[in-house]
Amino acid sequence: MSNVNQARISVEDLSGNFQEVHPGLTNQEAMEESNRCLYCYDAPCITACPTGIDIPTFIKKIASGNVLGSAKTIMTANPIGASCARVCPTEELCEGACVLNHSTKPIMIGNLQRYATDWAIQHEQILFQPGKKNGKTVAIIGGGPAGLACARELGRLGYEVTIFEAEEKAGGLNTYGIVSFRLPKEISYWEVKQVESLHVRIRTNTRVGKDISVEEILENHDIIILAIGMSSVPDIGVSGEDLNGVYDAIEFVKETKTKPISNQFLGKRVVVIGAGNTAIDGATCSVRLGAENVKILYRRTIEEMTAYEFEYEFAKQDGVEFRWLTAPKRIIGDGQGRVKGIECIKMELGEPGEDGRRRPVPIEGSEFTLEVDAVIKAIGQSRYVDLIEEFALEHNGGVVKINPNTFQTSNEKVFACGDVIFGKGQGEAMVVSAAQQGKETAYAIHKLFHSVSETA
Amino acid sequence: MADLSINLAGIESPNPFWLASAPPTNSGYQVQRAFEAGWGGAVWKTLGDPILNVTSRFAAVSFNGQKVAGFNNIELITDRPLEVNLKEIYETKKRFPNHTIIASLMVEPNQEQWHEIVKRVEDVGVDGLELNFGCPHGMAERGMGSASGQVPELVEKQTYWAKEAAKTPVIVKLTPNITDITVTAEAAVKGGADAISMINTINSLAGVDIDSWNTIPHVGGKGAHGGYCGPAVKPIALHMVGECARNPRINIPISGIGGISNWKNAVEFLLMGATGVQVCTAAMHHGFRIVEDMIEGLDHYLDEKGIASVMELVGKSAARYSDWGNLDLNYKVVAKINNDVCIHCNKCHIACEDTSHQCIDMLKDPSGTSILKVREEDCVGCNLCSIVCPVDGAIDMIEIPSGLPPMTWNEREAALGAASCESTK
Repeated sequence: MSNVNQARISVEDLSGNFQEVHPGLTNQEAMEESNRCLYCYDAPCITACPTGIDIPTFIKKIASGNVLGSAKTIMTANPIGASCARVCPTEELCEGACVLNHSTKPIMIGNLQRYATDWAIQHEQILFQPGKKNGKTVAIIGGGPAGLACARELGRLGYEVTIFEAEEKAGGLNTYGIVSFRLPKEISYWEVKQVESLHVRIRTNTRVGKDISVEEILENHDIIILAIGMSSVPDIGVSGEDLNGVYDAIEFVKETKTKPISNQFLGKRVVVIGAGNTAIDGATCSVRLGAENVKILYRRTIEEMTAYEFEYEFAKQDGVEFRWLTAPKRIIGDGQGRVKGIECIKMELGEPGEDGRRRPVPIEGSEFTLEVDAVIKAIGQSRYVDLIEEFALEHNGGVVKINPNTFQTSNEKVFACGDVIFGKGQGEAMVVSAAQQGKETAYAIHKLFHSVSETA
Repeated sequence: MADLSINLAGIESPNPFWLASAPPTNSGYQVQRAFEAGWGGAVWKTLGDPILNVTSRFAAVSFNGQKVAGFNNIELITDRPLEVNLKEIYETKKRFPNHTIIASLMVEPNQEQWHEIVKRVEDVGVDGLELNFGCPHGMAERGMGSASGQVPELVEKQTYWAKEAAKTPVIVKLTPNITDITVTAEAAVKGGADAISMINTINSLAGVDIDSWNTIPHVGGKGAHGGYCGPAVKPIALHMVGECARNPRINIPISGIGGISNWKNAVEFLLMGATGVQVCTAAMHHGFRIVEDMIEGLDHYLDEKGIASVMELVGKSAARYSDWGNLDLNYKVVAKINNDVCIHCNKCHIACEDTSHQCIDMLKDPSGTSILKVREEDCVGCNLCSIVCPVDGAIDMIEIPSGLPPMTWNEREAALGAASCESTK
């Protein structure tokens, strides 16, 4: 769907700015669009979906008026299919693979997926039944996309699953990390409820290693799954990061989803450091909080930017300014502990580094200062290294090592999936990929136990 | 600009597009609006003893979100007094002298009644008459419409009675609710009809409401069969026109009716033997303005083909319509998939694999790209793959020389018969 018609930002009604930007398809739109689908055989959209949703089937079911069946088809393959309908980079996945790209225009698969799952949410459907209990106990650490997907499948297979969730609510990134105007937290809550309906116990406000010990977890469960994702944004490594007015983008977005919308950014000048999707979220949230000027500073160029194209377009339409080849040098305080400005330096691209991307090199003497009221850091996420080490798992800079076939870590009782295994050549950091890893981990566990019980 | 005027059994019209006798031609107001929009003629909604109608009356069939693929009605003939209709016909004809007005008529199978109504409508200046022997609902229960149109003797007799009184040409409108329409068409010829028109609507029930379990449409919870028309009936109508056109005993002009929605449909009916067409559902769906494109499209088509007059099209395909026994058993086509145009939806593969002759393979070319390929030796040339293909030009049906002379089933049977006669001698 086009972003062109997105609602104007209001400085009077800041909360209104955080309402979901795109309305769902109307019944009529869904009917027309679903009838346009060719119902391909061996469809490339299915292959392009990391969770392998049978897309032609769910679209056909919308067209036939079997919307409940459509939602089941979606959610069977993707336990967080309602969230993914909103946050997946569909242009790069299913819609990018649609054969109609070669003749007319691709089917709006994401919007149709949202239509079907919205229907299930509005009609308070419970889509799945728990499996017959098999007596095996599983602890899943982390109730984000990977953990939920894994729990959902294990619940259906009859495992007794407990999710240990550090936050007040499960859902992880979908609940806390993706901006409300793209993914309202109620959508994530519904997906959590679907998992709970399979007799999965979710112990919220329970941080493993603090509220419950690692030993206790290891002792009391047959299987442990580490799905803890990633941690906070690391320091940039410049002076002034401890000043008032310097924010971690993830925490910043989380506040807009958990606390009443404040007016403390009204009329303020904000810079965001970084140009990934989280940076875009930080910037667009700032605009919606009433900031007068929002700039994204990135030390590389648009070519190296990791944000999705549609996110970049979205930010531009929100009036976010982009400053390429610009790196922060120090954050300047006002003498009373508050941010007052940021000194930057212009960069140029040098030789490619280890990751193949051209390395930015500072241009000497190009320093300049921007007067700002807030600095939002969005330069990636750090790892929960301490917890990983408490479990005594082998890891590579916080990326847990696994057997790619079984998702088993160096402790064969402990499995890992999601962002905790992302990086260093292991998978892609998409919500939908985390969900698929969660599913695959569940199947791998089931396969191991099956073969064990069969040989016993 | 080609000559679009037609002459159907002596009835002249500025173009071949008439509105059929139906709700669009219920009143002078409507017919005059239609003539202003460009319709060449109108068959006035059937006159007879005014009736009582019910609500609701119409229902339509949607297909994959496409509205009005088929249309069903239980409305009867005119519910307005004959005098009012006659007055409006007179006024309309006076205002539009060059446009064609045909009076559709339906009375009980009675000589006097036919004489009387023919006289009264001719007095107001109609260009011709159309005898409604086709309406399948309501009136049929009273022995009129399709009830009389299904009995060849009644068709012949009533045509004869109308002709006894008529000074203008008489068109007999036939019902498709019959096993072989050429039988009633021949009866009309025997009765002296100047032309026949077809098809009237087909007995139908548009649907059942799966929530209320009522019929669609329903009248206070009860339904009755209606008459089906619209795009869905076009193949049935075209067949019946073709059967009559190629029958040497039915040597009178045909007015084609049934699902004609655009100029291309009209050309098909003309080629199959119709001298002009009648339209209803398309106008009910979109309004009278659709005729502008019908006229222009037909004109451009004729110009492009270098044809001076639309009358030259009439019946050009009728001789190519025959019996199955006259088809060449040695003619062979096979499917050819153009992978550069193909968008790889694989619908041809699954259609052939599951429901036809399993001759389309999903393969990879040397570079690893997916391709679809027809095994010509197993292809029976059924067309299914090219029918389900969503992209123009992706599948061609290619003629393959069989190396054998043409041989029809009838010729083969005759030859075998001759051979067995030889051998028994």
